[in-house]
Amino acid sequence: MKTTADNAQRQIQPPVQPAVKRKVKPSTVFLHLALILGSLVMAGPFIWMGLSSLKSFEQMFSIPPTIIPDPIMWSNFVDSLNAMPFGRAYWNSFYISTIVVLSQIITCSMAAYAFAKLKFPGSKVLFIAFLATMMVPMQVTLIPLYLILDQLQWVNTHLSIIVPNALFNAFGVFLLRQFMLGIPKEMEEAAVMDGANPAFIYLRIMLPLIKPALAAFGIFSFIGIWNNFIQPLTFLSSTELFTVPLLLAMFKGLYVTQWPLLMAGATISVVPVLIVYFFAQRQIIEGIALTGVKG
Amino acid sequence: MFTKREKWWGYAFIAPQMIGMILFSLLPLLFAFGISFMNWDGFGERTFVGLENYIAQFQDSNFRAALRNTTIYSLIVIPGGIAAALLSALALNKVKGKDFYRMFFFMPVVTSSVSIAVIWMWLLNGDFGLINQVLASVGIDGPNWLTDRRFVLPSIAMLSIWWGLGTNMVIFLAGLQGISRSYYEAAEIDGASAWQKFKNITMPLLSPTTFFVAIMTVIGSFQVFDQAYVMTQGGPGNASYTLVLHIFDEAFTRSSFGTSTSAAMILFVIILIFTLIQFTVSRKWVHYEDNGR
Repeated sequence: MKTTADNAQRQIQPPVQPAVKRKVKPSTVFLHLALILGSLVMAGPFIWMGLSSLKSFEQMFSIPPTIIPDPIMWSNFVDSLNAMPFGRAYWNSFYISTIVVLSQIITCSMAAYAFAKLKFPGSKVLFIAFLATMMVPMQVTLIPLYLILDQLQWVNTHLSIIVPNALFNAFGVFLLRQFMLGIPKEMEEAAVMDGANPAFIYLRIMLPLIKPALAAFGIFSFIGIWNNFIQPLTFLSSTELFTVPLLLAMFKGLYVTQWPLLMAGATISVVPVLIVYFFAQRQIIEGIALTGVKG
Repeated sequence: MFTKREKWWGYAFIAPQMIGMILFSLLPLLFAFGISFMNWDGFGERTFVGLENYIAQFQDSNFRAALRNTTIYSLIVIPGGIAAALLSALALNKVKGKDFYRMFFFMPVVTSSVSIAVIWMWLLNGDFGLINQVLASVGIDGPNWLTDRRFVLPSIAMLSIWWGLGTNMVIFLAGLQGISRSYYEAAEIDGASAWQKFKNITMPLLSPTTFFVAIMTVIGSFQVFDQAYVMTQGGPGNASYTLVLHIFDEAFTRSSFGTSTSAAMILFVIILIFTLIQFTVSRKWVHYEDNGR
């Protein structure tokens, strides 16, 4: 009932709009002004960071503030890149996030398929256990996790970040299971009749059908791991192992008075993420709307 | 549908995540529970001390400050964050160029908390920061946001609201999109005002979304760490010292794993209690449509 009503509405909407719009024009103008101001508040800090990163030390502290840097100090970037191994940190963040995300896509979808479509003793209890672990704040298990990783001799190696995240994401299991529950039985029945086993069904029927969900889950799982701070902070101590956020935090500690360099460092850490964001925007935003969790 | 071998397939499919869950969540949780009753520096002897760590926490002025600060922070971030996100979502819901505005509102969400913290340290700088320069241009003498005891916590809270706004706004937008136009049209025929429509249609039908956002915001706000760690390290004094900073410091600065895990368990119980309260109270205000949305 809802969909037909909605569809009918959508068809009626365009002709209605102009009439309504003419009536509420002052409020529409006001709304746009408010939204432009809001956008400025949201994007402004990034613009200001970019501008500040190109200023000389004197211009950075001038009152009233210099808006456009003159001369443009590209050397701030060179100095930042020389002061800290940002390239290395990028590679670390990139490869850690990629491995974790690929692994999560595989293992979470496997578990999701079992919980959604297969019957086995204990499946309900095990699924509830998964849901329950979502309630536990990460900080509660942080120190014991550190001790376990220490036993495995993984502390201060990338394994400490990769393995626990790659093998465990209760939210991913839950999310993908919800999607698979929505896939009608008929889709698999024919294959079962032909004697296909669950592995075949998972690979050839389920995975292709939940591709959009996998893409959305993958993207923001990537953002989440890329931005992860407290785990690398706790488990890693060698600078050459640092991820981007961790290196920036350390950079901040060392260069707290060198504001132009610090802003250049922040820009170096932010810009690639923002570029990816502008290209994958639709998927990221819709993925978050779909799943309701921040990266 | 499958043969009896199905159960083995089931176990095989859940095995990787199951191993991960046991090894990296369940085991650490049990471990945390155990350590919280012990006196342990991580290396030497473990001695069982019963509830001593828990009692010690409530007697510890650091813990009390952390608890107070986290509560104040949450009291700003939870209502402030939800209201800001709802307002932005309402403003964006039907406006032309929605996608364009949404792009900016969502920008901070993809950025790491550390980058955000570094950018805002500069914006909030008492002497040269943009915020105080803007305030000065209208004749207001802005405070030292991050080094003044009175302003540091609200500053971090405002920054968190700004950072998380996009996420909650997008969830609200998705919720608003799910409300059928026909309700509003029926109300318009009855001559309902904009406020009446908001109060009698939007709010009730949006309540499941609001509930979800509220749960996530409460859970998130009690876990605040990154911003405080990077910007202030809990200072000045302990004015921005949060519960998670305390958990982290106890373990890795003061090598007191017992008190650190007991503080973490207390944090867990606090979050659990608030979540349960929310679920109980939600029966009164969360309205689910009959078609099971």
